Amino acid sequence: MRARYAYALAIIIGIAIVVCFFLDEIRTVSVLSFSLRYAVPLILAAMVGIVCERSGVINIGIEGQMLMSAFAGFFGAAVTGNLILGTLIGIGTGMIMGAFLATGAVTWKMDQIIAGTVINILAVGLTSFFYVQGQVLPGNTPIVAIPLLSDIPLAGPVLFNNGLFTYAAVAIPLILWVLLFKTRWGLRTRAVGEKPSAADTSGVGVDPMRFWNVTIAGALAGMAGAYLAIEAAGTFERGFTAGRGFTALAIMIFGAWNPIGALAAAFFFGLTQGLASQLQADEVIAIPQQFINMLPYVLTIVLLAVVSGRIKPPSAVGRPYEKD
Amino acid sequence: MSTTDPARTDLGFTDPDPRRGGPLDRLPAIVIPVVSVLLAFAIGGILIWLQGVNPFQAYYVLFSNALGTTEGLLRVMQKSTPLILTGLAVTVGLRAGLFNIGAQGQLLVAALGTAWAGYNFQMPMVLHIPVALVFGMLCGAAWASIAGALRAYRSVSEVITTIMLNSIAIALVDYLASEPFKEPDQPLTRTPEIAPTAMLPTFGIVPSGFLIAIVVAIVFGWLLSRTTQGFRFNTVGLNPSAARYAGISVKGTILLAMAVSGALAGMGGAIETLGVTGRFEPAFNAGLGFDGITIALLARANPIATIPAAILIGTLRSGAAALQFQTGIEPEVVDVILAITLLLVSAPIVARLLFRKRNIKQTQVTQGWGS
Repeated sequence: MRARYAYALAIIIGIAIVVCFFLDEIRTVSVLSFSLRYAVPLILAAMVGIVCERSGVINIGIEGQMLMSAFAGFFGAAVTGNLILGTLIGIGTGMIMGAFLATGAVTWKMDQIIAGTVINILAVGLTSFFYVQGQVLPGNTPIVAIPLLSDIPLAGPVLFNNGLFTYAAVAIPLILWVLLFKTRWGLRTRAVGEKPSAADTSGVGVDPMRFWNVTIAGALAGMAGAYLAIEAAGTFERGFTAGRGFTALAIMIFGAWNPIGALAAAFFFGLTQGLASQLQADEVIAIPQQFINMLPYVLTIVLLAVVSGRIKPPSAVGRPYEKD
Repeated sequence: MSTTDPARTDLGFTDPDPRRGGPLDRLPAIVIPVVSVLLAFAIGGILIWLQGVNPFQAYYVLFSNALGTTEGLLRVMQKSTPLILTGLAVTVGLRAGLFNIGAQGQLLVAALGTAWAGYNFQMPMVLHIPVALVFGMLCGAAWASIAGALRAYRSVSEVITTIMLNSIAIALVDYLASEPFKEPDQPLTRTPEIAPTAMLPTFGIVPSGFLIAIVVAIVFGWLLSRTTQGFRFNTVGLNPSAARYAGISVKGTILLAMAVSGALAGMGGAIETLGVTGRFEPAFNAGLGFDGITIALLARANPIATIPAAILIGTLRSGAAALQFQTGIEPEVVDVILAITLLLVSAPIVARLLFRKRNIKQTQVTQGWGS
């Protein structure tokens, strides 16, 4: 029943986009492209949250995992002079940070939110200490236009004329949806997150399942970080991730722990930011820049307040599993 | 819902009364933080050594500059003051089962509110200082109460809302200090200077704000372990459903704990404005709130223990500038040392090494996504 409102909203937004496209083609495409680019790290980070929480582990450390990966990816690419190698270093760093959270939250059964907070603070400390000024990337990531598809009006320039990370960010939620809801791995993951004692009884190792899921999800956080540093910004600054890891958690909740729901929610976030920036640039609205910057955070709080209680998290999330 | 049995926990802070249990039970509560800090210093020393500087000399420079001179001591006390208070803010939250990551935002909003009360009101000193201080605390409490109310009435996790409120506070105070509350006729983003009647005095080399913070920490040590309200906080924190059966209003306790937590963080910002900066500048107060988390966990959510923990971190922070000036080591090495300290005190690494316990139960402080 709740989903009906979400579908209605999506249809209204879709119609509005088409109408805008006929009114002003250039601006519509530019706003939509901005929205998608803005959404890419949020989508990837939200997938980290979904994999972890579906397995019963809260990952509040996505922000720190992304920051470390952005750092390692950027400096890896700058030092080796190879963007692909840099991206792989970023993804690897994300996995190491994922294993780090898994060790704390699963193996040691630490309070999961404290374990994630440790990652966040550690990432800020390490990336600021080892930060070096004046490094540059060896080049830009290529924009790959998909033949034929990129000629479609509206959808072509927005969806099919992007960098590789963007394609990955759109494809991964769809793949993850299939994995979560149509495969044995998905069923076991959800069982471990909803009713670990039942999963344990039927022979699924709860802690190994959680450990590996959290570790592999770290690779997605690594991808989000590598995207920010290598494709989106082409640089690295201290405190570079600017709270995206936390916004992603809100997107995960707003998308009801469903990869496709989160994909739509992330795009919706991007759309509000893109619209606000465009209206600001066109001087349609005159709002101080600080309020535009606040927008995603205010939106997060408002949406959480609205959907809370209507959408249920996996029931075992946040609780380490102890055998009776 | 946490199913923790407080008697089995490792982070001693679920047992508010240190007199219970034998001396060996109390030992880890003191030994683990001390060993963690020493280990973090050792790892920090390796990082310093890798940069080509003698770590012993670097630490000597850091501590002698911070503690060896009167100006150094004054600065350490000034730096420690907001740290004691943000540490207390996080502590009060943890006791009631809330993880307030928003001390930073509460402190910023309060620092700006205090500055406004400081330059806007005209009144004698005996009134102006308490009015400005209380005004700032109310700002902090109000800011935290947004998260408190959402947690109590809408079951929205305070972890996410306080983080979001941090970012909103940063943008909001930046706007307020650059537009409506800006000091006229000069280019910097800052408020006018507060009236002399609102300045906190310094007794000899001891800033009065530091004394206030220590008194507040001792008062909270008493409040949390010896009063009914403190018992309510601890009960709601340990087991909300038991608290409900005992007739304690869980919603009311959450609201109160969050407001008190915000007021404490706000007091940190207010004292910073009234005693150190004398006005509000957005860039001044960075990072204090996150140190509060490290302090609260290092002190194992014990209000009295936040005093030494905050002074230690205040010493590191105020010595970091001299470290860079004299040895070229980036002051961020302090951030690394603090992060490692936080890791070692909150993960059971040291306990495993020292006490050879295999199954150390970890305290579950937080309540997941609130239910």
